[in-house]
Amino acid sequence: MTKTIFEPSILSRPVYGELEPRRGQGHLMVADGEGAEAILDCLARAPEAAAMLARTHIIYCPGPNGTDLSDRLAALGAAQFHRAPSFAAALPRLRRVLGDARMGTQVYLAGTEGLIGQALREVTDAGLPHTAVQTEHRGSTVRRVQCVHCKGITEDVRTDPFQCSHCGLWLFVRDHYSRRIAAFQGVNIDAEDPGQVPTPVVRFQ
Amino acid sequence: MSGAEQIPVVVKEVVPVNDLITRFRFVHREGRRLPSFSGGAHTVVEMDDNGIRRRNPYSLMGDPADTSGYSISVRRDDVGRGGSLYMHRVVRPGMEMVISNPVNLFALDLRARKHLFIAGGIGITPFIAMMAQAHRFGQRFELHYAARSRSLGAYMGELSERYGDRVHLHLDDEGTRLDLERLLARQPLGTHVYICGPKPMLAWVIDTATALGWPSEAIHYEEFLAPPTGQTFEVELAASNKRITVGAHQSLLEAIEAAGVDAPYLCRGGACGQCETDVLACDGRILHNDHWLTDAQKAEGTKIMPCMSRFEGRLLVLDR
Ligand code: FES
Repeated sequence: MTKTIFEPSILSRPVYGELEPRRGQGHLMVADGEGAEAILDCLARAPEAAAMLARTHIIYCPGPNGTDLSDRLAALGAAQFHRAPSFAAALPRLRRVLGDARMGTQVYLAGTEGLIGQALREVTDAGLPHTAVQTEHRGSTVRRVQCVHCKGITEDVRTDPFQCSHCGLWLFVRDHYSRRIAAFQGVNIDAEDPGQVPTPVVRFQ
Repeated sequence: MSGAEQIPVVVKEVVPVNDLITRFRFVHREGRRLPSFSGGAHTVVEMDDNGIRRRNPYSLMGDPADTSGYSISVRRDDVGRGGSLYMHRVVRPGMEMVISNPVNLFALDLRARKHLFIAGGIGITPFIAMMAQAHRFGQRFELHYAARSRSLGAYMGELSERYGDRVHLHLDDEGTRLDLERLLARQPLGTHVYICGPKPMLAWVIDTATALGWPSEAIHYEEFLAPPTGQTFEVELAASNKRITVGAHQSLLEAIEAAGVDAPYLCRGGACGQCETDVLACDGRILHNDHWLTDAQKAEGTKIMPCMSRFEGRLLVLDR
C-alpha cells in the first residue's frame, strides 16, 4: 500500500509527508504495519544506502490490522533492528535510544496515525522540534481517540460514532487533534437528545 | 509613531569595560521600573548626532529579573556610521535619553533540553541575559565564547566565575580555538544552538551544524547588523510626495525619518520584517543588505528593507 491521501481538514489535523533520506549523524526509524514499506522505499532512494544503514536503528511493531513485515526490515541489515509486539512494548527502548541520541540524528516515523503520534510525542519530549521529524502515513487509518468527557483513550477506533471504552458515552470523532495526548478528540454525540445515536459508520479501516 | 513604545530614561552609569567596549546603564527618568524583558531582547537607543537622528538596537545584557534599569554594552566602531562613536564620546552619566520598549527577536526556545551558546566578541551581550534566565529556571546550558584575546573578551572573568565549567573560552592568542565540529557532534538530542557574532562565524556554525544533520529549527542566530555606509543616493517617496537624499553615513530609514515621514520599524537591523516597503519604480540596483527578503524577492526588486538596504542608480521610487 502506498502513502495515504487524507481529505484536507482543520489546521489541527496532522498531515504527513514522504520519508526522504537526509544527511545525519544517525538515523532512527520507527514504524508499524505497512509503515515498513515507507522505510524500505526511503532507503531504496538513499544515495549511499549502505553507509546510511550502518548508522540506522529501526524499531518496528505489527500494525493494527495484523500486517507484519519484520522479515523484510530485518533483511535490510541495519545497524540495529528491533521488533516489538506492540508500540507499548517498544516504548522503553525508544526512550532509551532517544536519551542516548545526539543532535544530528534524523528521525523517521511511518505507519498508522497512532504510532506516528505517540512516537512523535516521545521525540518532541526529548527536545526535537516536531517540524524536524519526518512522517509518512501508510496502512490502516484507525484512530486513537480521547474521550473529552472522561479523558480515557480508545485505541483503533473504526466507526463514527463509537462508544467510549472507558465511560460508555457515544462519541463523535473529530479531526481536532492533540499533539500532547497524541489522539483525536471524541465528543458526546447524544448529549442534547439522550438515546438519539446515529448508526455507527465505518470511517477508519 | 512607529517602532516599539518609547521610554524616557537617564544614563545612570558609563563604565569602560576594555579598550573597545563601554557599558551603559539606563534608568527611568521618574524612577519607575522598566518593562520586563526576556533574554535575547534588545532596546533601540535614540541619539541626536549632530542633527542626524540615529536609532540603534543594542541587546539588553542585564538579568531579566532586574527591571530597575537596563544595561547595554557598546563596541566602538571607528569606521562605522558613528552611532557607537556617539555612545562612547557623547553619552555621560546624568544625560537624558530615549530608548524603546524591549523587543525580542532572539528568544530562548523553551522546548530545548539544553541551550548551547556560541558568542564571538561583543556577541556575548544577549547571552549574558539568556544565561541569567536559563540559570534561574534551572535549564541546562553551555557557553562557548571566542575572542582574539582575554583583554578583548568582555566579561569573560565574571561569567567564568558565575557559571564555572559551563563557560568555555576560546582565545586566538592562547591557541584555544573552538573545535566546532567536535562540539556540535556530541550535543544531546534536544539541544538548541544560539549564535551571536560576526557574519563569518554565523555562517561557519550554521553550515557545520547543518552538515551534521541539525534541523534548522534548532539553530538560532542574531547578527548585530549595523546599516552599512555607502554612496549618497536619492529616493522619491511617492505617498508623501517627497524627494530625499540619503547621506553616506545614514540609512535609508533614517533619511525617511529625517524628512518627517513616519515609517514602520522594529529591529533596524534587517531581521524583523517590519520596515518592508514596496518599490514602485527602480532604475538602478538595490543593494539588499537585510536577511528578511528571500533571494527570489531580492532578485525581483519590488521590495526593499529601508533599515539596511541602499541603492545605486538613477531613480528609486518607494510607496512611502
Ligand atoms: S526594521 Fe526590522 S527589518 Fe527593517
